Amino acid sequence: MVCVADELLDARNLICPMPVIRTQQRVVQLDRGQVLEVRCTDPGALFDIPAWCRINGHTVISTETQGDEFTVRLQVGDK
Amino acid sequence: MPTKRKAIALISGGLDSMLAARLMLEQGIHVEGLNIFTGFCVEGHTHAIRNRDRNRQKRNNALWSAEQIGIRLHIIEAIEPYKDIVLNPRHGYGAHLNPCLDCKGFMVGRARQWMEQNGFDFIITGEVLGQRPKSQRRSTFPVVARESGAFDRLLRPLSAKLLPPTLPERAGWVERDKLLDITGRGRHKQIALARHFNITDYSQPAGGCCFLTDETYSRKLQDFWDHREDKNYEFDDIMLLKVGRHLRPGKNWKLIIARDSGETQYLRGYRSRFAHLSITSHSGPLSLIDGPIPDADVETAARLVARFGASRKAEVVDVEFTDQQGNKRMLSVTPMKPAEVPEPWYV
Repeated sequence: MVCVADELLDARNLICPMPVIRTQQRVVQLDRGQVLEVRCTDPGALFDIPAWCRINGHTVISTETQGDEFTVRLQVGDK
Repeated sequence: MPTKRKAIALISGGLDSMLAARLMLEQGIHVEGLNIFTGFCVEGHTHAIRNRDRNRQKRNNALWSAEQIGIRLHIIEAIEPYKDIVLNPRHGYGAHLNPCLDCKGFMVGRARQWMEQNGFDFIITGEVLGQRPKSQRRSTFPVVARESGAFDRLLRPLSAKLLPPTLPERAGWVERDKLLDITGRGRHKQIALARHFNITDYSQPAGGCCFLTDETYSRKLQDFWDHREDKNYEFDDIMLLKVGRHLRPGKNWKLIIARDSGETQYLRGYRSRFAHLSITSHSGPLSLIDGPIPDADVETAARLVARFGASRKAEVVDVEFTDQQGNKRMLSVTPMKPAEVPEPWYV
């Protein structure tokens, strides 16, 4: 299923925990159900962003690795 | 039905803060976690950079802790406001450049702000009486409570029975009898409590979770300050102190030499802002030149960099020098021998 993101967050060249912090800041601005796509280069973000989503009630739709870049798509839940 | 009280827990990613939060959950308190990123946190950085750490579990321990005990976690970036703590600690530094007491007051102060903005009732920390020589003593606990502005809304569940009752205890929001009396640097009580709560996997950082408690890092930071007009720093400055070998052959410039391909990859992101050297005839590290290097010193820098590549025993090594404007030129040099590198150059 192709999922079109409502917002794109460029977190490339940021190191843990900055991708999570940037994700958190952007999610605050979004409405429930909207989809955020986060692009990262720190492989730790593939673990940290899904963990942050799980404990804060958001849903990870997909994670993807392409070379040295990683993409996490998440759907905003209740805040 | 009585109002369910809310506590904000400072979560470092270590066991003590995790247990303190878990104890509050046991008492029916709504707990959410707060983790504050100062730029000096050890968390995750070396995992992301160095080859030797690539196989280590890549997880943020604060997030991991929060998930283990089932609470939300909010991560706050405080790089800018934290500068004042590092540069002007009212209570001075510890063994290295660690301003632990000021830091604790800062952290609790940020938690107090968060508590007030979000309608929470009190703050909890995993502090243990007598665990840290500078910041976790009977005489310093009231300092943190006062300077943070938290006053008696600051509860330390692991040592609470040894301390004066706080507002949450006096008001009956939490039962003091169910709080603990842990003291000292020993870990056996915490480990037993973790077992009781079925917490089997937790972080045990040696020497704390802050680079400022690290002797090598503090030495690099002091050197950085000694060679700048003022002590102010940018986030990239303190990040670069975590990466590479630092050698200072000149008064106004130093080399940051990557120690492996992971660090070379990381330093590539800084090439546009620094003069740099790359070995082209052999495999070798990327090296940044921090500070204005006199033209006469470029060959010395190239010979030094050649000493740290696969080229170290070669007779002639080709090194590309790129200045800060992006102008390039090639040098053919003989690598320095170990005995030619004066010990004081190593930062």
